[in-house]
Amino acid sequence: MRHRLSRLDTTLSPYLYVAPFFVLFAVFGLFPLLYTLWVSLHDWNLLGGHTFVGLDNYTALLDDEHFWNATGNTVGMFVLSTVPQLLLALAIANALHKRMRARTAVRLGILLPNITSVAAVGIVFSLLFANNFGLANWVLGLAGVDPVNWTAEKWSSWSAIAVMVDWRWTGWNALIYLAAMQTIPADLYEAAAIEGASAWKQFWRITVPLLRPTILFTAIIATIGGMQLFAEPLLLASGRIEGGSLRQFQTLSMYIYERAFGRDFDYGYGSAMAWVLFLLILVASLINFALVRRGAR
Amino acid sequence: MSLSTGPLRRAAVLALAAVTALGMTAACSRKDDTGATGKTKLVIQTFGKPGIDQAVAAFQAAHPNIVVDHQKLGELRDFQPKLVQWLGAGKGAGDVVMLEEGVLLGYLQQPDNFANLLDYGGAGLKDSFLSWKYQRGMTSDGKKLVGLGTDVGGLAMCYRTDLLAKAGMPTDRAEVAKLWPTWEAYRASGVAFKAKNTGAAWTDSATGVVQPYAMQASDRIFFSPDNTLIADSNPSVRHTWDYANSLISDGLTAKLTTWSKDWEAGFKKAAFATMPCPAWMTGVIKANAGDEGAGKWDVATIPGGTGNWGGSYFAVPKQSKHPKEAYELAKYLTGKDGQLAVYKEVGAMPSSPQALEDPAFRDSRNDYFNNAPTGKIFADSVRTMRPVFLGAKHQEIWESVFMPQLQAVEQGKASSEEAWKAANAEARKRVG
Repeated sequence: MRHRLSRLDTTLSPYLYVAPFFVLFAVFGLFPLLYTLWVSLHDWNLLGGHTFVGLDNYTALLDDEHFWNATGNTVGMFVLSTVPQLLLALAIANALHKRMRARTAVRLGILLPNITSVAAVGIVFSLLFANNFGLANWVLGLAGVDPVNWTAEKWSSWSAIAVMVDWRWTGWNALIYLAAMQTIPADLYEAAAIEGASAWKQFWRITVPLLRPTILFTAIIATIGGMQLFAEPLLLASGRIEGGSLRQFQTLSMYIYERAFGRDFDYGYGSAMAWVLFLLILVASLINFALVRRGAR
Repeated sequence: MSLSTGPLRRAAVLALAAVTALGMTAACSRKDDTGATGKTKLVIQTFGKPGIDQAVAAFQAAHPNIVVDHQKLGELRDFQPKLVQWLGAGKGAGDVVMLEEGVLLGYLQQPDNFANLLDYGGAGLKDSFLSWKYQRGMTSDGKKLVGLGTDVGGLAMCYRTDLLAKAGMPTDRAEVAKLWPTWEAYRASGVAFKAKNTGAAWTDSATGVVQPYAMQASDRIFFSPDNTLIADSNPSVRHTWDYANSLISDGLTAKLTTWSKDWEAGFKKAAFATMPCPAWMTGVIKANAGDEGAGKWDVATIPGGTGNWGGSYFAVPKQSKHPKEAYELAKYLTGKDGQLAVYKEVGAMPSSPQALEDPAFRDSRNDYFNNAPTGKIFADSVRTMRPVFLGAKHQEIWESVFMPQLQAVEQGKASSEEAWKAANAEARKRVG
């Protein structure tokens, strides 16, 4: 008996040890994913009933100008926020890598924006970018520039949102880069210095190539976050889900919410969009992956 | 010591299994809604600033066996999606829920989610409400009473005495009312005000005049009583649109988006001189303009003299386990005493004729607004009012289609004609 129990123990327990992850993933990851796919094949109104309609929701999407507008906005804002964000993070990490006073305090400090609640960030920044009485326009006014109606134009609203996103996430990325930089052996730099390579050259020829896997990681995380952008544009729009009078800065997540929860409670349509968004993120991550890997060769 | 063999490891496996199982049972067990005290607990869910704290306290004092849990759930736009999910899921909604007028009209088409208040004596309340307010809480076949009316949005024109004085205009409310007996006169006075270069605009936005104007112009707006979209064929919608656009082209608006941070700041900065204000808006103005605005605002009659803008209802979701008590609570809150308490707390105007005639309302003055006789002004605006048919999708067609398009014109992003076409096309798409 004792022997048999112990054998059961050896065969079974490894699975039990890893089970929590898989159980949680199945319940909170896989099931919603598949259920959403199922819902997306129906005409599904939360308060009414639902009927199977096949791919109708997906074909309707192709004809929906608001959907394409939201997709364009999402991708545009993603590029506008992610590129400067990662470059800036690299620069900050490089600066923090050097010897300096109060190094730990500064390193911790750059993470502070990230632990601020996104709602607080959104509210403060939407005050800064208020059209008539905001700080941004006041500063522009001091420089003699006409006030900008931030929410009225695409470029201005996208910039305001990119600033919010970058304010929150640059420090986080910088810290990840910094951690990766510290694993680069110092003798590489010493050798390069002896050969007469400038600091600039060392940065591009040693630091950046060795950081490639880390850069890929941050790029994918930024892609996932950027494609799901929701709170910042919503708060800039004073909580209006349309994102500007002509949907200048409505993101895909906002449009999904609008259709699934905001007005007609069209869960089927919202789910179809959620799946398209999922595929978009997948494709964008693969492109990132391919680009960074090709660069590494 | 190693974990690889022995009883400790088996214990760990068992513990893990136990924790998992426990977690599942905990997730499945339901919270009981009667507390250890044996009292009945009623949950009431509201949005905005319902101002029912005193009324709820009075209700509890009269019903010692009932505990009321008042959940304030943010603005309407936050609350409404949650409520739909709760109704759809069959749990989560309170025993009494607050429904905005436009939202209620949508539910009346699928009234199954709510209890029929006629079953609990709702028919006897007919005379406790303005007749149109009572009627709107009922399904079109008159067989089911879903909502009991809370407030109505009697209309007036709020204005800043300091800005009018700066422009050399009268500030006394009787004299001021003569500046705008009609909407055309309101616009002409605006042009005269603008010529004085006070640095402030005549009104906050072009969208602010739309509801009051449209409500007076016809007995219907975007929908005919059979719920057909008539936005492009109803002449009064076009008149309203053109009137709002004339305010834009005359440069009379401060181009503020209602409910935005900018708009809120505009009150403090004295950015505009007038705004149409439903009774509930006086509370909003007071909150936004703050202490330094006290005594600078006043209230005069609205151009055209009548109108209603907004107002809510209380309904009892079918999933409530205590519909009888919930009905009692809704009845008290919408009754004379409840409504007067709300009026005292946030200035929302009663929909009960008894409360409207009560000296506590009738003779009331608002000291923030230069001690204006707000009770009389607002009561006068609803007494002669004709009911207007809104339709289930009114709120959506206005707030998500026509309002943003009008704002686009105001921001100089579209011409009036382009925006009109775009709005009508979008409206057809949403209804069709």
